[in-house]
Amino acid sequence: MPIQYYIFLALALFSIGVIGVLTRRNAIIVFMCIELMLNAVNLLLVAFSKMHHAEALTTVADTTIGIDAQLFVFFIMVVAAAEVAVGLAIIVMMFRNTHSVDVHFLNRLKN
Amino acid sequence: MSQLVFLVPLFPLIGFLITGLGRNYLSKTATGYIASGSILGAFVVSCLLFSQVYESGNGQVFTLFHFIQTDGFSIPFAFQVDQLSSLFLLIITGIGFLIHVYSTSYMHEEDSHHFARFFAYMNLFVFSMLLLVLGANYVIMFIGWEGVGLCSYLLIGYWFKNGDYNYAAKKAFIMNRIGDLGFLLAVFWMLAKLGTASYGEVFAQVATLSTFDITAITMLLFVGAMGKSAQIPLYTWLPDAMAGPTPVSALIHAATMVTAGIYMIARSNVMYTLAPFSQGFVAMIGLATAVFAATIALRQNDIKKVLAYSTVSQLGYMFLGLGVGAYTGAVFHVMTHAFFKALLFLGAGSVIHALHHEQDIRKMGGLKKQLPVTHLTFLLGCIAIAGIPPFSGFFSKDEILMAAYVHQPWMYIIAMGGALMTAFYMFRLYSLTFLGNYRGHTDPAHPIHESPLSMTFPLIVLAVLSVVGGFIGIPAVFAENAHWLEHFLAPVFQESNKLVQHAHLGHATEYMLMGISTVLVLIMILVAVKMFGKQDVDVQKEDTGIKKWMANKWYVDELYQAVIIQPLHIFSVLLKNIVEKNIIDGAVNGVGKLVHYGARQFRLIQSGQVGNYLLFMILSIVVFLLIWFNDATIIKTLNNIF
Repeated sequence: MPIQYYIFLALALFSIGVIGVLTRRNAIIVFMCIELMLNAVNLLLVAFSKMHHAEALTTVADTTIGIDAQLFVFFIMVVAAAEVAVGLAIIVMMFRNTHSVDVHFLNRLKN
Repeated sequence: MSQLVFLVPLFPLIGFLITGLGRNYLSKTATGYIASGSILGAFVVSCLLFSQVYESGNGQVFTLFHFIQTDGFSIPFAFQVDQLSSLFLLIITGIGFLIHVYSTSYMHEEDSHHFARFFAYMNLFVFSMLLLVLGANYVIMFIGWEGVGLCSYLLIGYWFKNGDYNYAAKKAFIMNRIGDLGFLLAVFWMLAKLGTASYGEVFAQVATLSTFDITAITMLLFVGAMGKSAQIPLYTWLPDAMAGPTPVSALIHAATMVTAGIYMIARSNVMYTLAPFSQGFVAMIGLATAVFAATIALRQNDIKKVLAYSTVSQLGYMFLGLGVGAYTGAVFHVMTHAFFKALLFLGAGSVIHALHHEQDIRKMGGLKKQLPVTHLTFLLGCIAIAGIPPFSGFFSKDEILMAAYVHQPWMYIIAMGGALMTAFYMFRLYSLTFLGNYRGHTDPAHPIHESPLSMTFPLIVLAVLSVVGGFIGIPAVFAENAHWLEHFLAPVFQESNKLVQHAHLGHATEYMLMGISTVLVLIMILVAVKMFGKQDVDVQKEDTGIKKWMANKWYVDELYQAVIIQPLHIFSVLLKNIVEKNIIDGAVNGVGKLVHYGARQFRLIQSGQVGNYLLFMILSIVVFLLIWFNDATIIKTLNNIF
């Protein structure tokens, strides 16, 4: 499959994420949109990695060039999972305090 | 011996430092001795220098150290001892010493630290004047030139608690500064064109300059002389300088300061001879000042003001002499004028002292009996300034008048008119002060009494000099080669005399002119004594018509007030209210206001809305990317991808 399809998909996912973050008020949806952006980047990373690897195989058979990013993506996913745990914990605390998950209620951090 | 020339200014400088720094510790007697002694020391050294110059017949330049040294030029700190400067040294230190002795009595009522302050200033004054006269280049002269300006300010404003006196001091200083600017520009011009300011080198090379350059330099130098020597239009400070104690007036008007301009032009005689326009201008200004100031002096009622205008008038004669090429005559008149004007001022001081600071001659009269010594010496001074032979004033004034006659006969006639007025106002002053009835009120507790010996001694010495001082310059018409001063000063003026051949009057004409002037002066004296010397002279009469104009000094002060000071004042108020308040203050305050306003507006960005922050973040990233990768790069990248 051509690389362009992956780039289009990643761009679309990322844009959806950005717009969601900017427009939605529900903290959980905002959080999901952030994850969406993260995964868009992840997808792009894997796609480029695969492309490089395929290119390297045409000159040298049995090479490992370009596969490191595909491994790296797993680390990102692990870190993201940990981050989700922290983020959801914050949202839970937020709900306990304000009985709402509306981020606009959180504009009084200065008080 | 000549190497000791540096001692001449050093003595007064040491005197200044001791009396100035020790003013709180020294007794009045000690101060008096130190201050007078330092001038006496300078006088003794000056006498030695003078005799040496007289014997050797040539001048010398002593370089002490390099004052300014650059690639373009070097200005040494050098002293020049020749006929002209040694003669001035004698006048300054000799008369300065007498005035110091006189002051020890005159200023005795002051507190001891004010007394010491006075003498410190006086010593500094003499020091500056000596520096001015001794300097071997225009820069050193300028140091002294500024020094006497400063000291005149300090001394005129000596009684600094009186606002009017402070005003007079400021006026003197500012008027002098205007002149000094001209002097300074002339020195710069000289340095730019010739690369040197030393007299010898300048006079040797000046003939190579264009006429325009020489004329400009000499005119600018003369502007300096106008300020320092109180010529039209910068003369008004001098009558106001009477605010200082009387010995200061004597020192400023007789021995120092006002003669600086005469000295400077006499020193630069080569340049002036090469610039006929400037020389003519000097003569015109001198003549105008001589007559103009004399008319004012006719109607003044303050004993010191009369003498002040008389000084301005006599300085005018000196400039007339310089302008018509009678350099010797001008220097001669400086000398005789120093004698009789110092005498007259000190005599006036003696009268003022006796009358407990009364200066209005309308409240004097009949002081002949109470003040015999002052009266006699003052009378001799008046005769000398009026120009009755064989008193000193006759010879010097006659020499200038004769030179004026040779130059332009109409100048002689106008100058003669001024001389007649001189005789008239001096004897008006004499008659109102010493003749007739006493018109002031007598205080039995403080009877009018003659001044102590320390005041009368200088008067007697100066009176003797005023009487016999003229014999060093007997004109050729009386005896061939009897003009000692002319022979003595000949080396200084020889270059000028080579350039211009002066015509000589026939003996018959000269005798006739002398006879006419003497007779007319005698008539004026008799008229003045007759008018003002009678027992019941009416002094309260209001002046009318032209007399009122004279009494009010032709309203020149008012004219300057209206034409120069008032517009400047309005202009500065305008600057203060508009430029200062709106533009300068506005700019300074505006910066502060802008920051304040900007901060208030930027504060609103921090709304606390997370969405806003994110939006700004993303927009910033987009803007950053657009700036970082310009359009072409982005388009190329996109083309590569798709």
